[in-house]
Amino acid sequence: MSSGSRSSRVPRRGFLAVGAALTAVVTLSACGAKTDAAGSSSDKAAKIDVSGDTVKVGLLNSLSGTMAISEVTVRDSLKLAIDEINASGGVLGKKIKPISEDGASDWPTFAEKAQKLIKEDGVAATFGCWTSASRKAVKPVFEKNKSLLFYPVQYEGLEQSPYIFYTGATTNQQIVPALDYLKSKGLKKLYLVGSDYVFPRTANKEIKAYAKANGMTILGEDYAPLGSTEFSTIANKVKASKADAVFNTLNGDSNVAFFKEYKSAGLTAKSMPVVSVSIAEEEVKSIGTQYLAGQLTAWNYYQTTAGAANAKFVKAYKAKYGQDKPTSDPMEAAYTSVYLWKAMVEKAKSFDPEKVKAASDGITFDAPEGKVTVDGASQHVYKTARIGEIGTDGQIKEVWNSGKPVKPDPFLKGYSWASGLS
Amino acid sequence: MTVILGQTFTGISIGAVLLLIALGLSLTFGQMNVINMAHGEFIMAGAYTTYVLQKSISSAGISLLVALPVAFLVSGALGALLEWLLIRRLYLRPLDTLLVTWGVSLMLQQLARDIFGAPNVQTRAPDWLTGNITVIGGDDPLTFANSRLFILGLAVAAVVALSLTLRLTPLGRRIRAVVQNRDLAEVSGISTSTVDRTAFFIGSGLAGVAGVALTLVGPIGPTMGTNVIIDAFLVIVVGGIGQLKGTVIVAFVLGVLQSVLEYSTTVSVAKVLVLVAIVAFLQWRPQGLYTLRTRSLV
Repeated sequence: MSSGSRSSRVPRRGFLAVGAALTAVVTLSACGAKTDAAGSSSDKAAKIDVSGDTVKVGLLNSLSGTMAISEVTVRDSLKLAIDEINASGGVLGKKIKPISEDGASDWPTFAEKAQKLIKEDGVAATFGCWTSASRKAVKPVFEKNKSLLFYPVQYEGLEQSPYIFYTGATTNQQIVPALDYLKSKGLKKLYLVGSDYVFPRTANKEIKAYAKANGMTILGEDYAPLGSTEFSTIANKVKASKADAVFNTLNGDSNVAFFKEYKSAGLTAKSMPVVSVSIAEEEVKSIGTQYLAGQLTAWNYYQTTAGAANAKFVKAYKAKYGQDKPTSDPMEAAYTSVYLWKAMVEKAKSFDPEKVKAASDGITFDAPEGKVTVDGASQHVYKTARIGEIGTDGQIKEVWNSGKPVKPDPFLKGYSWASGLS
Repeated sequence: MTVILGQTFTGISIGAVLLLIALGLSLTFGQMNVINMAHGEFIMAGAYTTYVLQKSISSAGISLLVALPVAFLVSGALGALLEWLLIRRLYLRPLDTLLVTWGVSLMLQQLARDIFGAPNVQTRAPDWLTGNITVIGGDDPLTFANSRLFILGLAVAAVVALSLTLRLTPLGRRIRAVVQNRDLAEVSGISTSTVDRTAFFIGSGLAGVAGVALTLVGPIGPTMGTNVIIDAFLVIVVGGIGQLKGTVIVAFVLGVLQSVLEYSTTVSVAKVLVLVAIVAFLQWRPQGLYTLRTRSLV
């Protein structure tokens, strides 16, 4: 081996050129995906494949990447509901056949996979998405193809799509009750920490408007890139602010790094409680109760929620996936969404999205969280708000609930402080 | 005052993480001009090694200490294997090593996904690493996190060990000889291919140690390597390729810069400002902080 050029320096210019080329390729392919998905000009409704004795539905979740920690369990829960429905005879005499796609925690991929499910597989409806960014990415795809998405996760509100059913909480069913709770406990100086994308930024805008109208102070606001694991500076800032409480809208496994750093900085649930809106039982299990015990969460459902429907759900889930697997709010909302779709289809006597939508108003289901009712006008669901405290056993104990299902108000029309938001 | 001290400590601890992830790369990049994109996946291998050991050893403290040498060996072996299988055929084409090792990095990510599943996993930190020590008490206490102190200690130990190896051992002398003038080293009877493989083993092994450290900070996942590899390259290019001293200084400077900017602005703005600073610096000193003086003819 001649070693003349072997020992020469790496030409920096060449290195940079290759880097630039790689970046360009990645950017172009991402753009390509976007146009493919959103820009295809077919305005005709998607064709639903009902040949044979099955009807296909799409399951669209991140099975890899930073969001997989949360979304895999939603997929599992959707499959449980489908299995149960198939075991009891299916929908309109047809068995449900799930087609599962991996959104890979990447928004253009979500749009691409949504397009594939609708166009190639001919699904009657799609269930899934978690982050608001993924939902915003697929929204035009479902609208263009006039196909239905059932979205099972709490979100920031201020949105309504004719082709999306929102079965998780909207703002007034989760964030506003959480703020009411903090206020009632005299915790009025807040620090906001969130992932840097749609949901936390919008949610924090709402929280700031609420705080202004309710005599609360926001001492600071910090965002970390989704998937970020470096939280030492944010923990220092939070600590130095001497806030009463932290409102946490971090998503995915950034929470692992954040709570590790929070504890390392010497902050505790006693000295400065954190109320989180995106940590449920599954995340508690993987983050570890030594970091989370005593911290607060706001949801509509906990594994410990009382009632026969929940006992049945928890038992069935554990029998299918393992005794050590917890159930959580988004899983429950996902499970419920399949039953709501079934009830709508049966009322409409058709899989046609337009007929299903028309039949949706007033559909109820005796869900694990209690009775839920679809509000046909907003395509959201009446849900009971619940504040919980994380225990050392990893379970979340309810410390407050709204008593009855709260009417969804995605645009916060019922709140004067929210008039400036859009 | 405590804010400034606390932030400086945070910056130094970020620098320690940067140093650990860049240290091994500085050896392979500097020694052999190999742009090893799979270095991040060797870090991942070290992190998963920690995870596997914790599954089999119940005590979190012991499993962490056992993981350090084991991760070094696992990642080192992976590195030596990569060198033997592919890289030694590509020494004449340094840019091709970028593409080849990038492909290898994608394959290793998929392999990790197949073995450990796509969702990220976590390890438990031992109790003695979850707390913090109070440096200044009072109303506005200054505390240092134990896990960060541990990582800092680990980085210092790794630098000292590497530096002593390069300075004092026969292997180190051979490595330095090869870096300075490969031809002359070869005719003096040094087997340069053995030196290359050993250096690659050590560099990749250090990536494994970095992986162990990263499990104390955040989650372990198939793509964790891609999240850190760019930072590692930045440290080395700014520090001067093949320069241990430059790598150490730049890692800490960038860590402190990042943490100070992050404190006064936001995470994203701080990242942008750091990159702007790096670009400006490289305009001024394209060869990095320190320049390698070689005795080679080209």
